[in-house]
Amino acid sequence: MLRDITLGQYYPVDSPVHRLDPRAKILLAFLYIIGVFLVKDLFMYLPVLLYLAMATWLARLPFPMMAKSLKPMRILIVFTFILNLFFGTGSRELLRLGSIVIWEEGLLNALHFTFRLILLVTGSSILTLTTPPVTLTDGLERLASPLRVIRFPAHEMAMMMTIALRFIPTLTEEADKIMKAQTARGADFETGNLMARARAMIPLLVPLFISAFRRAGDLAMAMEARCYRGGEGRTRLHVLKFSRRDLIAFLSMAGLFIILLLPGILK
Amino acid sequence: MSETAHLQVRDLTYRYDPEAEAAIDGVSFSISRGEFVAVLGHNGSGKSTLAKLLNGLFLPSSGSVTVSGMATSDAGRTWDIRRTAGMVFQNPDNQLVATRVYDDVAFGLENIGVPSGEMPGRIDEALRLTGMLEHADRAPHLLSGGQKQRVAIAGILAMKPEALILDEATAMLDPQGRAEVLDTVLRLNRVQNITVVWITHFMEEAARAQRVLVMDHGRVVMDGGPKEIFSRVDLLRELRLDVPPMTRLAKLLRERGVDARLDVLNVEDMVEEVTRLCPSCLKN
Repeated sequence: MLRDITLGQYYPVDSPVHRLDPRAKILLAFLYIIGVFLVKDLFMYLPVLLYLAMATWLARLPFPMMAKSLKPMRILIVFTFILNLFFGTGSRELLRLGSIVIWEEGLLNALHFTFRLILLVTGSSILTLTTPPVTLTDGLERLASPLRVIRFPAHEMAMMMTIALRFIPTLTEEADKIMKAQTARGADFETGNLMARARAMIPLLVPLFISAFRRAGDLAMAMEARCYRGGEGRTRLHVLKFSRRDLIAFLSMAGLFIILLLPGILK
Repeated sequence: MSETAHLQVRDLTYRYDPEAEAAIDGVSFSISRGEFVAVLGHNGSGKSTLAKLLNGLFLPSSGSVTVSGMATSDAGRTWDIRRTAGMVFQNPDNQLVATRVYDDVAFGLENIGVPSGEMPGRIDEALRLTGMLEHADRAPHLLSGGQKQRVAIAGILAMKPEALILDEATAMLDPQGRAEVLDTVLRLNRVQNITVVWITHFMEEAARAQRVLVMDHGRVVMDGGPKEIFSRVDLLRELRLDVPPMTRLAKLLRERGVDARLDVLNVEDMVEEVTRLCPSCLKN
């Protein structure tokens, strides 16, 4: 039952997008999000959609996979659409169904929100689909490292994330083992209502937590024995370097921004 | 400090808490460069505490520990000591940090500030020496216990240590994993002349060392070659330690009036001894 937890959603193929510097990808994702919010006119989502399609194609990601990334969001998207459609107010009436009025502004808003949500989710999943979690962590650390001057613990955060990623499979395996042990002693994790099932988790969680703390102590000792003393004076195995590929990616993003901002400037 | 005493322990006492009974109680010994020393003792004899004192994870309550001439109590040398005397722990799952074998071996190198360009060569070499090169890209949790321990050893080797301290590194492994790890360390000791302190409660493993220290209640109670140590069957019994099966057989033979020697450690020794005692027995 616990076996099918996948770590992140990295899609391992080799593509120009996969090979982009993780810092560049994080920044591009950030810019893309700003870009999506810049759209004022509905048909201006078209260039954003084209950009997204191009990125997907370049990253050699199957399009159905992108659609799948929307699946966990489908309820939220539908809900947002309905809420905006029925509860918006405006000046131009489109449709009247008894006491419910649908306004043109309401419809526009609903469409805007839906497009935005879809584009944001699929866009950011390009980042997680093309970047292994550890590389992503690495990129985040490097991007956040200037914040160290205001005492933001960039290195510590990244180290925590790496260790979490390393230990998730180990702890999952352990949870599986404890579960089997408790089932063998008559524990029941599968039946009963929500409360009963939640209570049944206690004999699983307590040993798991105890073991996790013990592991943390061991690991801290082992890290110290291997001369770990925080981020200060540390060198890195993987050197991140901005390449021409990253420059091209940023130029393409700049292109998208020009297209998005052009109507406003021309007016 | 003379070059021969690689690890020097003098009147070492350690208490986990000032009121508590001493976990290590007035221990002195020295280990020469390139020696393979096994430390034996039952649970609670202080052998793991001793290991942590040898590379400055714990600092002596009194007395001193010197590694390659550096005292562990000298705070300025802590990191030099830890890279000189690398340590492998008992639980193979709880000492690997990264999600890829190759990156994990790099961890120590990153910590001691090795330039990025120099790392791949050192990592490849360390993985080659431990026979883990073909697994470089795998995730640690997919390896066997013995393989994980060899990765841990590689992580230390990459830092170019002079001594290796293994704190019951085989205790949680299956027999095959134990053999893998012991063979790897024996080879490193022989080929790279790395000093090894092998802490264990497995007699068969201690029998393969050049020298055995037996600990009990925080003291070193026996110190000598494995044949010498294991021939003192009664004393080992008293310390709740087992002797290798062949030594026990020799002891039983003696008790039945056969004049067998007690310094028999393995089957080959036993065959030799039986041939000596009864030349006609093994004719065919």
